Amino acid sequence: MATKILIPTPLRPYTDKQEAVEASGATVGELLVDLTTKYSGLKAHLYNEQGKLRSFVNIYINDEDIRYLQKDQTPVSATDTISIIPSVAGGV
Amino acid sequence: MAAAIRRHGEETFPHECCGALIGRDDGVVAAVPLPNTTEEGPRRRFLVRPSDYRMAEQKATDLGSELLGFYHSHPDHPARPSQFDLDHAWPNFAYVIVSVMSGAARDMTVWYLQDDRSRFDEGTLNGDQDSDSDSASSVHR
Repeated sequence: MATKILIPTPLRPYTDKQEAVEASGATVGELLVDLTTKYSGLKAHLYNEQGKLRSFVNIYINDEDIRYLQKDQTPVSATDTISIIPSVAGGV
Repeated sequence: MAAAIRRHGEETFPHECCGALIGRDDGVVAAVPLPNTTEEGPRRRFLVRPSDYRMAEQKATDLGSELLGFYHSHPDHPARPSQFDLDHAWPNFAYVIVSVMSGAARDMTVWYLQDDRSRFDEGTLNGDQDSDSDSASSVHR
């Protein structure tokens, strides 16, 4: 089952410049594993050294942040659209 | 572009300002001010929330351009990226930093994250660095 994933501008160089790609999985977690297997350059920018999603990486299923659903256990279907949306942070 | 960023940094001093850089082929056509939504203290931190990020990316598309990166200010600190900047950086984006000392904008620099996330490399910022004009500027590696 393939689900559409929207890729933000800074990560498109790792998806052959595509704005949207497809990945397979029954949950958001499975989908992201498939995505980063297909496009391995994404891994370092999505996950920290402990293998957890970086705090400034937001994953939305349709218009909802998965933090407020079942996180990476959130079920997905072929009709859903997943978006990777950056928070941009910094400081002195 | 550079003049608009300097003004924004002075307006929000002693807090950090932030905004998006929109353009094409490294030429910046718009610097879009965005709200600093950090909850960690805006004198030392900035945060562009996901909804504003989405808006900036959509605006770039609407202008037939691309999202080139983001700018922010360092109040009373030099225009060099901090460890916090490095830890939170996205690849392939230009990070423009303006130093604002005692309320007056000073140096402005641009930085790009190395692909292995180990450090930033300084890029080149051309254009209206020292004038009050809003003429086009460019940023590149």
